[in-house]
This record gives sequence, structure tokens and C-alpha cells, in this order.
Amino acid sequence: MSSSPKKTSTSSVAPPPTGTLTGYLTDAPLDPAIKQTGQPASRVDGRLKVMGQAKYAGEFNVPDLLYGVVVSSAIAKGKITKLDTADALAVPGVVAVFSHENRPSMPWFDRSYRDDDTPTGSPFRPFYKAEIQFAMQPIALVVADSFELARYGASLVRVEYDAETPDVELSDKWKDELEAPTGKTGYEKPKSRGKAEEALAKAAVRVEAEYLHSAEHHNPMELFTTTAEWLNDGQRLNIYDKTQGVMNSQQYVTKVFGLSTDEARVVSPFVGGGFGSGLRPQYQLFLAVLAALELKRSVRVTLTRQQMFSFGHRPAAIQRIALGADADGTLQGVRHEVLAETSQFENYTEITVNWSGMLYQCDNVQLRHLLGRMDVYSPLDMRAPGAATGLFALESAMDELAVKLQMDPLELRLKNYAERDQNIDKPFSSKELRECYRQGAERFGWAHRKPAPRATQRGTTLTGWGMATGVWDSKQNKAAAKATLTPDGRLRVQSATADIGTGTYTIMSQLAADSLGLPLDAITFQLGDTTLPPAPFEGGSQTAATVGTAVKDVCDAIAKQVLKLAQKVENSPLKGADFEDVTFVNGQIQLLADPTKTVSIATALAQGDGQPIEEKTTALPNLVKQSQYSRHVHSAVFVEVEVDEDYGTVRVMRVVSAIAGGRILNPKTARSQILGAVVWGISMALHEESILDQAHGRFINHSLAEYHVSVNADIPPIDVIFVEENDTIVNPLGAKGLGEIGILGVSAAIANAVYHATGRRVRKLPITLDKVL
Amino acid sequence: MPQHVISPNRPVQAAALPPPTAAVTLTINGTAHRLEVAPWVSLLDALRDYLDLTGTKKGCDHGQCGACTVLVNGKRINSCLTLAVMKDGAEITTIEGLANGEELHPFQAAFVAHDAFQCGYCTPGQICSAVGLQQEGRVRTTDDIRELMSGNICRCGAYPNIVDAIAEVMQTPRPAPAS
Repeated sequence: MSSSPKKTSTSSVAPPPTGTLTGYLTDAPLDPAIKQTGQPASRVDGRLKVMGQAKYAGEFNVPDLLYGVVVSSAIAKGKITKLDTADALAVPGVVAVFSHENRPSMPWFDRSYRDDDTPTGSPFRPFYKAEIQFAMQPIALVVADSFELARYGASLVRVEYDAETPDVELSDKWKDELEAPTGKTGYEKPKSRGKAEEALAKAAVRVEAEYLHSAEHHNPMELFTTTAEWLNDGQRLNIYDKTQGVMNSQQYVTKVFGLSTDEARVVSPFVGGGFGSGLRPQYQLFLAVLAALELKRSVRVTLTRQQMFSFGHRPAAIQRIALGADADGTLQGVRHEVLAETSQFENYTEITVNWSGMLYQCDNVQLRHLLGRMDVYSPLDMRAPGAATGLFALESAMDELAVKLQMDPLELRLKNYAERDQNIDKPFSSKELRECYRQGAERFGWAHRKPAPRATQRGTTLTGWGMATGVWDSKQNKAAAKATLTPDGRLRVQSATADIGTGTYTIMSQLAADSLGLPLDAITFQLGDTTLPPAPFEGGSQTAATVGTAVKDVCDAIAKQVLKLAQKVENSPLKGADFEDVTFVNGQIQLLADPTKTVSIATALAQGDGQPIEEKTTALPNLVKQSQYSRHVHSAVFVEVEVDEDYGTVRVMRVVSAIAGGRILNPKTARSQILGAVVWGISMALHEESILDQAHGRFINHSLAEYHVSVNADIPPIDVIFVEENDTIVNPLGAKGLGEIGILGVSAAIANAVYHATGRRVRKLPITLDKVL
Repeated sequence: MPQHVISPNRPVQAAALPPPTAAVTLTINGTAHRLEVAPWVSLLDALRDYLDLTGTKKGCDHGQCGACTVLVNGKRINSCLTLAVMKDGAEITTIEGLANGEELHPFQAAFVAHDAFQCGYCTPGQICSAVGLQQEGRVRTTDDIRELMSGNICRCGAYPNIVDAIAEVMQTPRPAPAS
């Protein structure tokens, strides 16, 4: 059908007018003599993405493909009494309808359904029984020859239910006193210390308030999709899945369906956004694999945007904070309690209140994390889970305290600056937060802030300034990598990690290039495939440190072999040199002590046997060293808002975000991480809210028209500063991970700026006009 | 007491047959494609599922996100909101048709240089939208770009870089700062 397409005419790129643009204007090749790491290289996968050639999970052209469309429950609680599929099956082209009535046998124990991001409890099992546990629960899958037929068939499935009234009210769950249990990876039970109640009672100045937010949904742009390709050589599947971790999807389907890892290869080279939504296997994966195994055919299941409101989300929560201080601002007591939503079947936990025990120096701290059970699907990690909401409360309360003390909010934070992590009584591996405050304030012009609210007014427009602090973990995990150097000087590096837009492909290529002094275009980095060496899912800002360390290790192992070959060269100037005595740069191995003594990598490789050089490594964190320190990334964020007093509308006019994130591997992609996260912070502050209908237990604004996220017009210029921070403890690269830190503090800074503009304190997100008027 | 609920609560459609197909010719990136499609096939699904032109993305299927933006007779539209049979004879340009062989279209090159995307899923729609925007001739300052590109959601939040990339190609000045 198609032949070579005619191209539209193009014109050359005009030079930008000087002084009108920010950012990195050129895409010129980088000087090969300079180390790649730390350079603002453009994304190595950029061309594929702008040409529409990057293949996402629903885009693999699989022969004889069937399409599955999910039927969602019309009720939030109760049970199915009748499921009539006759009309659907009568449509020519509809191949099958699957449900709890005709599913194959499934494992009995909860452990078969657990994945690497499972909370404690009993994971949801699709199609397991007639019981309905949450709104829009998947209850049937209609499989047909085309997407349109499957969708039509799904509309003909007639379901009868016995419906019960769902309980989705969070505020009355304080009385249940359900302490959040430990057991979910990453969750640590908050620890109290000192005598907070006494200290609060005695404090000269005290603030106490309740902060609220509703559920929020990740809404990555790509719809959740799995293409399960049936390979006609036995029971084997290639599974193209939208996931943040192929290993995690693989372990789930192998356990649930009793497949070997060879029978279930999971592939995910490109992911159309994750933000946490892809940390757990979503039900389209289960359904596509079930249908493919039952029909022995290839099946693609894509959820609708509406159905993407039927699984994990940032949990709604109610937070209560009390802060007490001396008249000079010295914090004497902190109390922070949270009541957070969870499902009836799992205990979702995220670190929400613990930050209040470590961000500022204080000896008397009372922390508590309670859960409230509701008839909803389990919440799920969403960008900076726990901290994004916990810091909204803490950093708003700090601003309220500053107001009451008649003290500058930045001054109050400096006054209580924590030199040591009191939660675990350990020093920080590094903490250049003071420099974030200093450089951020200077860039923003914070010194010119008028202390009183409503001090800047022009017509009906009030201008306000606010600031807040951000903090997130810097973790390193275990990961493996493999590298292959071919005699033509090309290096391939592989690890089953992900690139959800974070820049993994690019920074790993840069690290690999530097180990061997090769140009970036000599490197191929492959990820997102379970046949590659295992790596954890991409989440929690851990990938740069975790996979980066493995990549550096494995490429250094290759470099050592190349050095040995270089020493075989006749009259080699590198004879007797140790690996530490040389550097690999610009295609050469160079003696550090005498840069004129070199052997080219090409010459060295010519000494080999003509076979590729291959190495495999598993990199582990140095826990002995790391565990002696508190390891965190910090930020300070400053915002200016304009509020229209007649309309109550809030617009963010500018943002300065100063980050202490250790070593920056690529300032271009790193800046993008921060920009994007600041956009998330603005969106969280002003737009995002999943509204839960109290009578029916459903999220009623389940579309991108009604669930508002920031659009281009909402976003002002954002200034990102990376302050210098050297950290030799956090991991061998010294990089702290930047996926979450940019969002932290932004919503509080905006709420604080709205107060500064209007004198009105908004304690419930999002800050919509009804709350400002 | 549980309440009895039936969904969908409407008369059973006995022996409901799918609609008959119709012939349609779409000229996509300069090549004529003749398709036999049912009238319920959207232009977006025709591109992705029937022609394997998966550069055009589906983000909502409801005209709310802009990921499916293509150019039809030079104008940017949401391809999920139009049916393939309605575009018989139309000239359609998708992301796959913008580059000249290996040479990127100026917007494509600028998006790479400015890192105007992260996950890349909204990117084809953003770039097609930018091409349409340029042809509309309505942009005076970068604020106009922000407003007129607001039909294309980028959940990764690359907006500042998207504006920079488009402004570079269109040589758009920033608005004068308020005094």
C-alpha cells in the first residue's frame, strides 16, 4: 500500500535572535576531547522520538493481532449476579469474552500476585471472583479482530449487580487508629523523640492547622497498553508492556500464569511517561497475557483514559501539624500526623510525616501515620510519593509560623537548619541546602520582598512571593550490566532498566563513552528487555546512581582489557602501566604522567583476536560506607504569583528552583527533569484533583478535560540552578538522582505566595478560585 | 440491603451487526493509500492500526490531549476526532512525513536541541501542532506560543523548552517585561 513518501519542503534553521531565549541553543557535536559526562548532550534517542519512530508498547506491528477492550464495573462495591455475553459474542469478528466465569485456574496465594512495589495485604486479582472491590474494576475482556469490534462488543456485555453503598469518606477514619504497618519497600515507620506536647504547650509562638488534598492520578500521556505476541513455537510470548520495570512485569506474569522467564519475555524500549503509574503491573498486562495464552493468538489490550482512573493514584490525605518556637524562631516542638487513604485489601504507605523530623533541627518531635480504609483501588507511588504532600503541609506551616513570628520565612529556615539528620542521628553525606537558599534567593531577588501581605498591588492584581524547601532520598540499589566492545571500536552496553523520559539512554551512553574515551555516537545503550542483565524498576530517583554505577563498572572492566591489548603493541609506551596510571580520552589511551605517551584504542584492538571483548558486572551499593550517613538531595524553590482579586485566579509568574543534587551527569536532561517536576508542582498546587463521588464511589472527573493538568499557557519561565555539591559517599558517581526533587516544596511555595499576595491562607489543594475569593 | 443494578440498562440489541465498510483514499505524506474501513474508524486508528503509522499517538481518544495532532490540508487537527471516511481525498501530513530523508524538519531539530520533550509521547503531536501554528501566522510573542500550543498537553512538563524550540524556528521575540 505505501511507497516512498513525498516529503514536505523544509527550510534551514534560522539563528535565534540574540538575548531572547534561554537554554541550550546549539545541537553541535561535543568536543570529543572533553569528557562526555557533565556535558549538555542532546538525547541520544531524540531523533527517534521527533521522527515518530520510537516504538511504545502499543505500536509493535505483530501479525494476526487481536484487540481486547475492557468492560469496567458500573458499581464500586457489591457483586456481579449475572454477566450476559451472548450479544457481544454474536457480533461477527468478536472472538471471545473473558471474565471471572470462564477464566483459567489462578494461583491461590497472595505471594503469586506480589510485585516489587506491592504494599502489605492482598493484591487485587483481576477476574478472580464476582465481588466488586472498587469503581471501574475490570470485569470482562472482549477480544475481537479489530479495536472497533472489540469496543462495540464491550458495549453489548450486559451485567447485573447487587450493589452496596461504598465507603469513600476519609475524614471519619481518625477514630479507627489504624497505624500504618511496615512492609512496603521504602516505607519507614516514623519515630517520635523528646516531649513534643510539653514543648508545644510551653512554646512562645505556636501554629496548628489541618492541610488537605484529594487523590491525584498520574495520567502519563501514553495509554496503558500491553501487546502480548504469541510466538508459534510453543507457549512463548513476547510481551510489549507499558512499565517502569520489565523485570517487575515479568516476575508478575511468570508467577500468576506459571510461565518460565523464557516463555515470558517482556520488552519496553520506550515508555510514554510513568511518574509511578508503571511501578506496579497494571491489569491490562494480566488481561493481554491471559487472552493470548487462552486463544494462542497475539492480543493487544489498551485501557481508555477513563480506565486509567481505575487503578493506583496519589492517596487523599488529611494532615495535622503543630509547630512551636521561641520568640527568636528556634523550633521547640513539632507534631505532624497524617491520615491517608488506602484500599480495603492493601495497606498502601508512603513516607509523609518523617520529613518533619529531619528537615529542621528540633529535639521534640511527635509523628504519626494512620491509614483510612476506603472502597477504592490501592493508592500507588506518584512522583515524590509522601514527600510531595508531606512537605506541602510542613512548608506551609513553617510559613505560617514565620508570619506569626514576624520573621522572614527564609530566615526562619536558616535559623533551624539541620546539620545532622535527627531521625536517624547520623550526619549527612553532603548537604548544600544553604547554598540553594543563598543562590536561589539571590537569583529571585528575595531580599527585596516586602514582609507584609497585600503589599504589592496594581489594579485588581495582587503580587506575592513565597518560598519552600525540598528534600528527597538518594538511594543506590543493585543492578547488573553487560558491555561488548567490537573490533571496529563500537561499544554496546545493556541493562534491563527503563527510560521513562528521564534520559537514561543518554546519561548511560555518556558514562560508557567516558570509560573508553569514545565519542557518544560509538555507544549503543540498550534497556527495557528482560533478556538483558537485570536492573530494578525506574522509580524513586535511583536509576542514575544504580544503573550508572553498573555501567561505569562494566565499561571500566572493558577498558582494563583494552589496556592489556595496548601493552601488547610493539614498543608500547604503556608497558608496565596500571589502570590507574592511564586515562582514556579522544580514542586514545594516555599515560597520566606523560600525555604524549599514547596508544590509540584502534591500535590496541588490532592486537586482539578479532573477537568482541565482553564483560558482565553486578554493582552493589557500599552499604557499610553508605549506612553511616543520611543521604539526601535538597532544594530551595522561590515563586512569584499574581492573584486577580475580582476573579480569584492565581497565575504563577516565575519560579527559581535551586537544587543540591550532587554531580550533574548531563545539565540539559537534568534541567529538563527539574523543569518538568516544577510543572508538576504548579499543576498540583493549582489544578489537580480527582473528585470522588461520595454516593457512588467513583472519580467523576475521569478525563483530561475535567482532570486538569498544567498546559503550556499555565507555565511561566522557570530558572533552574544546580549548586555545586561533592559527595563521595552516596554512590561512586556522586550523582543524587533528580526525578522527584524538583516537585518538592513547589505547592507550598505557591500557597505561601498566595498568602503573601492576598493575606488568605489556603490549606487545601488545589488552590482554585473558590478558595481564594 | 443491596440494590439491584443492571448496566447497560437498555433493550438488548439482538444480532447487532457491525457496519459495512467503505472505500476511502487518504494521501498521507504524499502517498495515496486506498483503505476499506468501517465508518466508525477514526483517522487516528486508521493511521495507527490500519497503516502502521504509529508516530501519531493516542493519549485520550477524546480530543483532550493533542497527542494525535496531524495536518489535514495544511491545518492542524486532532485525528481522534475525525473519521477516516470523512477525509476521503484529503492531504494528510503526519510526523513521519516532516523530515527530508535524514535531514530533520527545523521544528524536529529544534525540539532535539532544546530538549523539548522527555518521554516523547506527546512530541509528534507537539511538532505537527507547531507546523500548523506557523502556517496560521497568529504568533507575535512567545506568550502567543504558550497560548496557542495549549491544546497539546505535555505531562512531562517540557513546556518551557517547547516554547524555546518553537520560538527559535519562528524567530519569535519574548514579550517586553512589565514595567
